Parts: sequence; structure tokens; C-alpha cells
Amino acid sequence: MVDARTHTATSQMVGENTAGLLRELVAHLRQNRTQLREEWVRRITGAQLLTAMTKEEIFAEATSVYDSYVEALETGTVEALQAYSRNLSERIIPRGVETNEVVGIVLLLRDVLARSLFAKYHGDVSMLSHVLDAYEPAANRIAITVAVGFVQQRERVIREQQEAIRELSTPVLQVRERLLILPIIGLIDPQRARQLTEQLLRGIRLNRAKVVVIDITGVAAMDASVANHLVQTVEAARLLGATVIVTGLSPEIAQTLVNIGVDLGKMNTVGDLQGGIEEAERLLGYTVVPLKEAPQPA
Amino acid sequence: MEVPILKQGPYLIATIQSALTDADLLQLRDSLVEQVGRYRSRGVIVDVTALDVMDSFASRTIRDIAQMIKLRGAETVIVGIDPDVAFAMVRLGLNLEGVATTLDLEEGLVLLNERARATKR
Repeated sequence: MVDARTHTATSQMVGENTAGLLRELVAHLRQNRTQLREEWVRRITGAQLLTAMTKEEIFAEATSVYDSYVEALETGTVEALQAYSRNLSERIIPRGVETNEVVGIVLLLRDVLARSLFAKYHGDVSMLSHVLDAYEPAANRIAITVAVGFVQQRERVIREQQEAIRELSTPVLQVRERLLILPIIGLIDPQRARQLTEQLLRGIRLNRAKVVVIDITGVAAMDASVANHLVQTVEAARLLGATVIVTGLSPEIAQTLVNIGVDLGKMNTVGDLQGGIEEAERLLGYTVVPLKEAPQPA
Repeated sequence: MEVPILKQGPYLIATIQSALTDADLLQLRDSLVEQVGRYRSRGVIVDVTALDVMDSFASRTIRDIAQMIKLRGAETVIVGIDPDVAFAMVRLGLNLEGVATTLDLEEGLVLLNERARATKR
């Protein structure tokens, strides 16, 4: 009990002490703003970081980061800095700035400031130690905030791009009135299969399709669950009143379908895309004839 | 809620307006099967556009309706199944096998007209 009370009292004292030291620190950093900022920019250029940006841009960003940094030290909250770092990341990621550069410049600033503290307090070692006790945890927290903000932003960009690629990878195209084709190329994972079904069923309704040709010439193999999904998609399309023709089944996929025991009576399959489109035209009542053989208008 | 059944030329059209209880579904089945004889209809269209859920009882009843109507000498078309509902049904194995389905009411009428023409020939 006694021990615990003493401990609380001590940590409170240290807490107040830290706050006081941080205030002093902030005053020091504000006072030497110009000099420290210039030193920092010099170090950034020297370390060949942010090469994608001009000197003026680096200086402008460095000023903002420096001020947010000091503010974060003063208030102890990182929200403003977090918002700024997210905004900064958004601007510099498209210009090819790498994670190591961002982490590098923040650590450089940390180093520049620590050095200035050394220079200021080098006469008083115990004071220096106290100041560093207050400074280091806050600086670490700031460095982590900026780095994490950058990485999160980057991950968001990657996620958006993945989404875009996925959408591009399952186009639903109308080749004739009421006839859609759905060429599938590459590996189909369960997620892509789900998306494919969704796009196809929406496409059928949007284009009022009667016949859909799914061409899987570009799919080398599929596992049983995806094959099953394909069969279910064909069934669902039928419930919307559309006939599905699957073309270009590779020998491996044919084997998978047979192995999982698909009722092939329900599946309309044709050897290649050309045959599939011809079959679809037949179902829709089109005949395609060369102009020479076409009946002449009277 | 009772499902209104409209007579449109040689066809009967039942439009489901909201979620139905099992009893409503059975009543729909009985009225359709009865009226198809009374009006000597050639086809029946059941419009399910408004349904955003189709459970096993509903799909079994719809399949029953189609089969009973067939035995009474007419055709049935189910129209307007929502894409999400369609996929959910297939995943549950509710395939409405042997039942004609089309995108919407318009397509359903086209299908019935085509079949009528085919049998006349």
C-alpha cells in the first residue's frame, strides 16, 4: 500500500516535471525555428532524400512539418499532425516518394532537434538527461504517427487500385442487342468469382439480355469451389430469363466439372467463342450471311 | 395480404406486391389453379419483382403452382426475380427446375405469345 502510494506520488511529480520540461523544449524550438529548419533541410538534401521534389517544395513542406511537430510536442496530441501527414502522403505518393524517405526525414528532424538539445545543455548532464527523458518518448510517438500515416495512405491507394483492376478484369460486353459476352482471363479466386456473378447478373438486367456467352478460354484451371460457383451463376442467370453458353473449356476444367459431378444437361457448352456466338445468334433468331449471298431488296 | 390476379386476354397475371405469409402463398396457388380453368386461360404470369427474399417454402410453392397449372393445360412464367435473390436461391439449391423464368412482365408476355404461336403451327 505504502509503496503504491509513493509510486503514484513520484510518477505524478515526474509527470508535472515532464510537462514543464516540454514547455521549455517547445520555447527553445520556437526560438531557433529558422536555424533548425534550415539545418534539417540541409540534412535532407545531404542524405539524398525526397529527390522527387524541388528544393523549394522541400523547404515549404519542412516548414509545415516542423511547426506541426513543435505543436504536437506542445499539446501532446498528435491529431493535427496525423491529419497533416495523411494530407502530405496523399500529395507525395503519386510522385513516387518511398516509405524509407518519409521515415528518414522524420528521423533526421528528430536527430537535428536532439543535437540542438545536446548543444544547449551539454554543460549540465543531469538536466540534459531530464530533457531527453521528456523529449524522446514524444519524438518517438510523432515519428510513429507520421510513418504509420504514410503507410496507411499507401495501403489505401493500393486497395483502390486493386479494386479498379478487379473491375477491369471482369468486363460484361454487349455484342448484339440482347446478347452479352463475358470473357474471363486469368486466375479466378473466390472473390473474383463472386464479383463476376454480381456483374453478370446486373448486366443481364441492365441490358435485358436473353443470351450470355461466358468465354473461359483464358482460364487455365479452376478448383472445385469456383467451378461450382460457375454452375450456380449459370442457374441464377436462367432464373433471370437468360440462357448462358459457356465456351472454351480447357481439358483440365472439363475434368474438374466431371469430377465434381455437375449435371451437364443444365450447362450449355460450345467449343470456342466463335461457335458460342453463332449458337447465341441462332437462339436469338439472327442469321449472319455474307453480303453477296444476302437476298437483294426488291 | 391477398395477391390480386388480373385477367389479360388469354393470360392471368398475378403481381406479388409485398412479402407473403405461407398462407397467402397457398391461397395464391389455389386461386390461380381455380381461375385458370374458369377463364380457360392459356398462360399464367407470376410477377415477383417486389420480393427481396425467396425462402424454400415460397420457391416450392411456386414450383407446385407451375406444375399444377401445367396439369390444368396452361403455361406458367415466373418474372422479375431480383439478381441477388436469384443467386441466393441457387446457393440454397432452390433452382425452380422446369419452371420458365424471364426478366420482367414484358418478356414473360413475349415468351407466352411465342409458345402460343409454336403450338398453333
